[in-house]
Amino acid sequence: MATIHVDGKQYEVDGADNLLQACLSLGLDVPYFCWHPALGSVGACRQCAVKQYSDENDTRGRLVMSCMTPATDNSWISIDDEEAKAFRASVIEWLMINHPHDCPVCEEGGHCHLQDMTVMTGHNQRRYRFSKRTHVNQDLGPFIAHEMNRCIACYRCVRYYKDYAGGTDLGVFGAHDEVYFGRVEDGVLESEFSGNLTEVCPTGVFTDKTHSERYNRKWDMQFAPSICHGCSAGCNISPGERYGEIRRIENRFNGSVNHYFLCDRGRFGYGYVNRKDRPQRPLLQRSRLSMGIDAALDQAAGLLNRQRILGIGSPRASLESNFALRELVGAEDFYSGMAREELANVNAIRELIQHGPLPTASIRDIENHDAVFVLGEDLTQTAARIALALRQSARGKATEIAEAAGIQSWHQAAVQNIAQGALNPVFIASVDSTRLDDIAAEAVRAAPADLARLGFAVAHAIDPSAPAVDGLEADARELAGRIAEALLAARRPLLVSGASLGSRSLIDAAANIAQALKNRGKDASISMVVPEANSMGLSIMLADEPGDRSVEAALDAVVEGRYDALVILENDLYRRADSQLVDAALAAAKVVIVVDHQQTPTADKAHLLLPASSFAEGDGTLVSLEGRAQRFFQVFEPGYYNPDVLIREGWRWLHALRHTLLGKPVDWTSLDQVTAACAAVHPRLAGITEAAPDASFRIKGQKLARAPHRYSGRTAMRANISVHEPRQPQDPDSPFAFSMEGYSGAGQDRQQIPFAWSPGWNSPQAWNKFQDEVGGHLRAGDPGVRLLDGARMDVDWAQPPAAFAPAAGTWQVVPLYHLFGSEENSARAEPIQQRMPQPYVALAEAEAQRLGVTDGAMLALSLGDRQLQLPARISSELPLGVIGLPVGLPGIPPLTAASVATGIKEATR
Amino acid sequence: MSNLIKTDRFVLSDAERAAIEEEMHHYEDPRAASIEALKIVQQARGWVPDGAADAIGEILGIPASDVEGVATFYSQIFRQPVGRHIIRVCDSMTCFIGGHESVLDGIRTTLGIEPGQTTADNRFTLLPVCCLGNCDKAPALMIDDDTFGNVTADSVAALLEDYP
Repeated sequence: MATIHVDGKQYEVDGADNLLQACLSLGLDVPYFCWHPALGSVGACRQCAVKQYSDENDTRGRLVMSCMTPATDNSWISIDDEEAKAFRASVIEWLMINHPHDCPVCEEGGHCHLQDMTVMTGHNQRRYRFSKRTHVNQDLGPFIAHEMNRCIACYRCVRYYKDYAGGTDLGVFGAHDEVYFGRVEDGVLESEFSGNLTEVCPTGVFTDKTHSERYNRKWDMQFAPSICHGCSAGCNISPGERYGEIRRIENRFNGSVNHYFLCDRGRFGYGYVNRKDRPQRPLLQRSRLSMGIDAALDQAAGLLNRQRILGIGSPRASLESNFALRELVGAEDFYSGMAREELANVNAIRELIQHGPLPTASIRDIENHDAVFVLGEDLTQTAARIALALRQSARGKATEIAEAAGIQSWHQAAVQNIAQGALNPVFIASVDSTRLDDIAAEAVRAAPADLARLGFAVAHAIDPSAPAVDGLEADARELAGRIAEALLAARRPLLVSGASLGSRSLIDAAANIAQALKNRGKDASISMVVPEANSMGLSIMLADEPGDRSVEAALDAVVEGRYDALVILENDLYRRADSQLVDAALAAAKVVIVVDHQQTPTADKAHLLLPASSFAEGDGTLVSLEGRAQRFFQVFEPGYYNPDVLIREGWRWLHALRHTLLGKPVDWTSLDQVTAACAAVHPRLAGITEAAPDASFRIKGQKLARAPHRYSGRTAMRANISVHEPRQPQDPDSPFAFSMEGYSGAGQDRQQIPFAWSPGWNSPQAWNKFQDEVGGHLRAGDPGVRLLDGARMDVDWAQPPAAFAPAAGTWQVVPLYHLFGSEENSARAEPIQQRMPQPYVALAEAEAQRLGVTDGAMLALSLGDRQLQLPARISSELPLGVIGLPVGLPGIPPLTAASVATGIKEATR
Repeated sequence: MSNLIKTDRFVLSDAERAAIEEEMHHYEDPRAASIEALKIVQQARGWVPDGAADAIGEILGIPASDVEGVATFYSQIFRQPVGRHIIRVCDSMTCFIGGHESVLDGIRTTLGIEPGQTTADNRFTLLPVCCLGNCDKAPALMIDDDTFGNVTADSVAALLEDYP
């Protein structure tokens, strides 16, 4: 700690900080541009100047850049000093010389850091009367709009894109007042994290193109604290709504998970919420008869009455909706909605992270590890935010080198200079090349079984009491030795694996490595990727249920005639199981009721389709891959804009249906009741009631506002329907109001923050005001509760599998994931569709040569009894004996670890 | 510049490639050879076409955006075709006082081009430059690698004669 004196007042601050961090952490406003909590200081913009005095008797002082000056003990500074103020006003005046007067048409306006800082410094008169320099803008693809005239040359974008996120195709060109930030030539920004540029850029150079066509100001949107449903990482988001559409997704700061950054799937994949073809009213499919809620419940009850009902839940639905389905059909007849192998693997992962030898690192904490082994996951495609965190683990080496030389970690340019690109060791073992290979100390490709064998060998090399791998090639053994050595040499090693390849032996290998690291007394962590947003939650919910709860088991039971009726919650079974089995089960069931928010192929076959809410219209709880239960809250009430829309949360439909069947009035009228009931029935989920404050939470007696206080146009919003403005929708489920009325500031501590705003701070930099220290954690604690930090126990050693040896004429099919396309819902969003690859079959170069085919040639192959025709994509890294198919793309059937292809040949045209 | 043919496709010559690879080994970090690589290309071609960034980046193992950043930063790396000879007229303080404007006038009269332009016969490109370190002989100019001092509007025409 250090004592500093700011404008005559004494404060205790962290002496390791710089003065800017220290002042911002104290809540004092110092304007800045180039500094960013996640990017450190470079002293480029000169905006954060303050006056520093040598001691209490010094009256003259000197101007210093607060971001480049350590907050040493007994520092005396002044922010309010007239000379410092005049200097800052001049700096912003220079920065504004070429900045256009286009705020009214600029999409950054209203959440613009440059606007905020201009107001803060008091620069309110333009004296510059001459021509401004102008630039040609670039087409950067479907996500990001480019308007270089607005640039103030703070360099944040390249520092984020290149240094932080590892991108290569955004650069800075030119010199003096003609500096240009962009690509060498027009084209799609390649980084999977390009969307963060819209928040990193302090002005409107990079803006959200998906928001552009139907644009509105930040202050005119309703927000809610939400959780991304795009993968299992559990990033916190703030979706913004206007006129019943999600218009934009902003990052929501959670200091233990995503902090300032999201991936592009999470930020730009919301379009499925706004699709016009979504189910909006209960629909009897055969007669195409839509109906009201009561009629639908009567219909459903009539269909289900005295029937033997089987319920299929979903790993993309909330705990509450899954629980309501379980209540409707009974615990014995509730199935997970996950494929057999996937469910077994997720269960194994749950057991490993709950009771295994090592704790699970939060995504933020991943950045603090100094040696990483990634076993079998293509993280950029399966849990992208973790990939971004791993880049920071690797870059941690630079901070370490700098600290050894007495350079503060925030001194970013110096840190990078002294490190000369040195990285902490990251080892990647995967089936094909990955987008993290550029930071890998070593990257190796192999078939899943051989990857697992490598993992087992690493465990054995760490702790010789772990079983050895028989018949391992010398090069694999040596690599395992090097990986083990690096993990053992590290202060905090990290192991990342997961269920994406569907291989149980990979999870077993991860368990062995974890045990070996524990046996060697390492302060190590583990992180295991599971397939979907709530895979882990569903696994916990079913943990104590006997029997096979997989989709296959459910469908078999229906086909065998053990059930009459099928109730399917937010699940497209054709993505889970063989289509023939799904067809047979849907045909065998006398009644099929689907509750979903998308018109899926499964929903097409329902007798009755009930319109469920997406994350935007409903509340619920998800459990992320680290076992963090997090609540997402309803952003808007669609019925307010159009009373014909009868979208309700899955749990509301299913509970009402149950009580209609029982002839009782509903018990659960609010989210808290269903969450509490779920927690009561499932002791393993007891913590979920603590995941967020309940609906009675108030600050100073007020609900929390979903909309900024400047929200405009509400009176006219429904004027096309009626000029009489109805009462705002009431929200019994949460402490938030569908209104700008209510608490929206940063003064009072709170975890659940719909949008970041504080007086004078309209940009995402307003998160400063909610944090214990800038860039740290929320003052009220980071949202969510971890459910899986159980008693740590040793695991029994697992045995390695046999080496991969495909039968002659067969190829093992491995799943290849795509950030844009492999996830069901985001793949329905138009901007994501522009980035999706065409379906393909990937094969090794040598295989292609043997078949005599070139890249793009049409191949025919058999997958079980299915015939596929796909263009070849030749990979220089894919191992022999396997082919890769892109998960979830049109025409690609569900894959299992046992999927085998035969008869690959060039298709005859 | 209509007689200059621009092509989209850029391929380094074997000589350029060899020179860049040679230069690269002088440094611990190949990135440090960026400027030299650009100079090698400019030496061979008179200027650095857009495609060079990719080609150089590939050899040095750095992104094209980094090479392009260096290439656009330095004013003496030419990104457009230039004439056979470059005239750099100093416009810094001393030469300005010493009469650099009359030197420019002399060139204008003789060649009919303004700073930044190239003669129609592609013989000369005229560029301003800030200080040639020749202040004691202001006004100064350079033609290719030759520096001249105490230049006058009259003498400049004669100087140009030596550069066919």
